[in-house]
Amino acid sequence: MSILSFKGGVHPHNDGKALSKTRPIEDFEPKGEIVIPLSQHIGTPAAPVVKPGDKVLVNQKIGESSGFISANVHSSVSGTVKKIEARRMASGNKVMCVVIDNDNRYNECPITDFRKASEMSDKEKLELIKEAGIVGMGGAGFPSHVKLSPQNKEDIEYIIVNGAECEPYLTSDYRRMIENPEYLLEGLRIVLSMFKKAKGIIAIEDNKLDAVIKLKKLLHHDKDIEVRTLFTKYPQGGERALIYAVTGRKINSSMLPADVKCIVHNVDTIFAIRNAVINKKPLVTRIVTVTGDAVKRPQNYKVPIGTNIRELVEAAGGFKKAPEKIISGGPMMGTAIYNLDAPIVKGTSSILAFTKDEVRDSEPSSCINCGRCVSVCPGRVVPARLSVMAEHGDKEAFIKNNGMECCECGCCSYICPAKRNLTQAIKSMRQDILAERKGGK
Amino acid sequence: MSDLLNVSSNPHVRDKRTTSSIMLSVILALIPATAFGIYNFGYKALVLVAVCIVSSVLFEGIYEYLMKQKITVKDLSAAVTGLLIALNLPHDFPIWMAVLGCGFGIIVVKQVFGGIGQNFMNPALGARCFLILSFGTKMTVFTYDGVTGATPLKQLKDTGAVDSLKSMFIGTTAGTIGETSVIAILIGAIYLLGKGIIDFRIPFTYIISFAVFIGIFGEGGFNPEFIAAHLCGGGLMLGAFFMATDYVTSPITKVGRIVFGILLGILTGVFRVFGPSAEGVSFAIIFCNLLVPIIERVTMPTAFGCKSRYLGRFKKEGN
Repeated sequence: MSILSFKGGVHPHNDGKALSKTRPIEDFEPKGEIVIPLSQHIGTPAAPVVKPGDKVLVNQKIGESSGFISANVHSSVSGTVKKIEARRMASGNKVMCVVIDNDNRYNECPITDFRKASEMSDKEKLELIKEAGIVGMGGAGFPSHVKLSPQNKEDIEYIIVNGAECEPYLTSDYRRMIENPEYLLEGLRIVLSMFKKAKGIIAIEDNKLDAVIKLKKLLHHDKDIEVRTLFTKYPQGGERALIYAVTGRKINSSMLPADVKCIVHNVDTIFAIRNAVINKKPLVTRIVTVTGDAVKRPQNYKVPIGTNIRELVEAAGGFKKAPEKIISGGPMMGTAIYNLDAPIVKGTSSILAFTKDEVRDSEPSSCINCGRCVSVCPGRVVPARLSVMAEHGDKEAFIKNNGMECCECGCCSYICPAKRNLTQAIKSMRQDILAERKGGK
Repeated sequence: MSDLLNVSSNPHVRDKRTTSSIMLSVILALIPATAFGIYNFGYKALVLVAVCIVSSVLFEGIYEYLMKQKITVKDLSAAVTGLLIALNLPHDFPIWMAVLGCGFGIIVVKQVFGGIGQNFMNPALGARCFLILSFGTKMTVFTYDGVTGATPLKQLKDTGAVDSLKSMFIGTTAGTIGETSVIAILIGAIYLLGKGIIDFRIPFTYIISFAVFIGIFGEGGFNPEFIAAHLCGGGLMLGAFFMATDYVTSPITKVGRIVFGILLGILTGVFRVFGPSAEGVSFAIIFCNLLVPIIERVTMPTAFGCKSRYLGRFKKEGN
């Protein structure tokens, strides 16, 4: 089958996947205090349902979803609730967190629900997914039950599993697909069972052909699921680029995938859905790649949500050289963190530690109008012009020139020979405008 | 480990290519043409090239120093400008005039408007046009092998006779230092295209539209020999691959670049066929440089998933 792709994008010079690609997923059990944020998703934060002094078990609900776009939060360890207070996240925001004193016993909540997935109605499955607090695990953190209940439910034609993992260095989704491909198919079938017309597509970049082959072998001649190979290019795993590559349909910033009859889920999200529906377990762990040239033993870990990043890095052997920069997420879209004391959340796909900060080493100079940003922009806007409008604070011109269509993928800043911080300028302006719109203007 | 780590907005990795590495590639790409010019015209060409590069870099550095700005000569753009100015001069052009031209190009055309990235006109061509208008006779009298004579293009215009195409292609004719050898220019151009430094859209549309124009309006009609002589003659090749593709003074949009190239082809044709001078490339390019803002404005791309603005924007695509 042909290799699918989109227009624009970049090939980062060092994809760094070799560091952790061959490292199997290792269970990590933190010893220290666990900090579980009540807001790990887009939407209203969950309301705490425990109070300091309460004993909690693994999988016990500690935060109750409060609103339609919201998600439950569960404890990933057993122990005692120490306090509920605002803590600093990797993103820099302060968020209310449930701080748990880990007793290191990992006693689990007893399971009382023994229904089989095949006997459940769509509504019951959706209820389980909602109850499990599953959110998009690619980073955005959109509550999955909301994604799975679009208005045009009957029309959905494709459930796309995003296995592109186009960010350099990340290997968590890859390890998932390689180690338990059968779970991925089970999870996807559960989702498919909820949409009568839908067909499953697992889209994987061609640098992970072994995963493609494994999945294809498992599928035999099944007609309901297809594995598609994507050209390795960033941001192939971006929702808009992915839908276009797989189906040829285009969506803009004001549309949802459901508008073109698609629903896109990350690989890890599908695993979480399977775990929720079959095992009746909530989302309390995720796969995190700990890597980068500063890390002694790059590794993929299965990590309880709320684990301190410092503890996880120490598990990977600590640093072999002092890092200049640490990133939560991928190098293209991740967030740089100024210290390690932040928790792993549902959307943390990796912790990267670099000995050299490429951004600090490259000083911005004047734009030479070379047009590289225009060539790489998957949103087909003109980043060089938008960034000037953003710097001048010209909102009207920014909107008129499609500034809101930017997906903040970072390709323009990456490619810019003058090392201008195009993405940063555009991103700030977008957030300003979005905040203004939200403010009821 | 220090307490606080570096933070910055995404992305956290950057491409290796920089403004100076691009400029260096352009200089490398101009080496065949320069070397051939020196071989063809002798040591005087070498002196001129050296003088132009050094004086351009100095003008930029001194201006920025006096204006208390950051010195940007390290980006090599002034060196490229100097080299291009030299390649656009006859080899026996007076040195002081060449220095004056470099001063005009760097200070008046480039620095006064804000330095690199801000000039609205190609500095090298600005300098060339300044010199043509100021010292016309010196700029248009060419000697070759000790004999003062017409360039093949001038001869073509005056008599309609096509000079040896082979010598035009190789470059053993009269002309400015860098424009005579088509093959040397093409070697550099292929290097730049291959490295992705220049976009094929501008030179290709320029050359094709010019050839079509000459075919229709030229005195030779659709005579392949006549068209080929026009393509190989004068500054067309140098202009198409090295001057029209100057990033700063060409459109940033892809469609804009095609429009730009076509306009260049037509204007060059008009100047060459109907104008008093045999040359037309320099003026065509600087005129089109002035049109770049408006070309960009009308060729802004349609954002992904959005309807073309001519059909109304932001409307959801029909299901």
